[in-house]
Amino acid sequence: MALRVRADDSAETTPVDRDEAFRTLARAQLPRLVSIARRLVGDDAEDMVQECLLKGFQRFTQLRDIAAGPGWLTSILVNCCRDLVRATSRHPLEIDYDDLEQFSLFKHIAYEDPYPYSDSLHLDFLGEFAADDVRAVVRRLSLTYRIPLVLVYMEGFLAREVAEMLDVPLGTVLSRLHRGRKLFEKQMWEYAEEAGLLLRKDGP
Amino acid sequence: MIACHEAVNRLWEYLDDTVDLDQRVLVEEHLARCRTCCGELEFAKELRRLLAHRSPDDLPEDVVGRLDRTIEELGT
Repeated sequence: MALRVRADDSAETTPVDRDEAFRTLARAQLPRLVSIARRLVGDDAEDMVQECLLKGFQRFTQLRDIAAGPGWLTSILVNCCRDLVRATSRHPLEIDYDDLEQFSLFKHIAYEDPYPYSDSLHLDFLGEFAADDVRAVVRRLSLTYRIPLVLVYMEGFLAREVAEMLDVPLGTVLSRLHRGRKLFEKQMWEYAEEAGLLLRKDGP
Repeated sequence: MIACHEAVNRLWEYLDDTVDLDQRVLVEEHLARCRTCCGELEFAKELRRLLAHRSPDDLPEDVVGRLDRTIEELGT
């Protein structure tokens, strides 16, 4: 495949230098990009990272500061994932926000008491979730909430960095994080019920 | 003192350090007197650990290998 960066070369930087600079950035960021994509779009992750790499390579001359490269590439990836989900998703989860604000997974576990013989009920509940289960719960959220949740709590970005990536105010990201983690807690319980995670503890 | 549901609704923001100083003080005052909400706080920390936990299948070797080759082929 013949891809070339734009031809506005400065005297100091040749296209070959720039191609290699992009490859260095991409290699360093690849594990993080794959991890984010798997958490955002599951089995479509490889296609999304591939698309991100091609777009990033084509647009690399637009990046003014190489130190901003990781956030810039992540931003391209997130937009690829958003486009994919927009094209394939038809029925977003309906949410009762008043009900959601009152929900506490901690209290719900204590109330439902799924493991009556346990003296560490809450930790036992979390212990039933393998990495695959956590990813499946996260993917139940709409991308509006999934993206900030994944980037901040799974990938370690700061909320203000996510605001820059998504080009939205910081307050919007904070509000989506708040609602996103409430939705995540609620979906943890529903997933545990549906996947049979509440049935595995036997009595004495 | 703020009510339990107000404290609980701010716990993640409290852990993220995205609450302002006034709210931080209110949450801490509440936690100092409410054992149930301290339980909520510990649970929130565990839940965040679970979210941040990485497993080997986050990065399938075959996928990373193919994408590595894509990077090498860019511009050639």
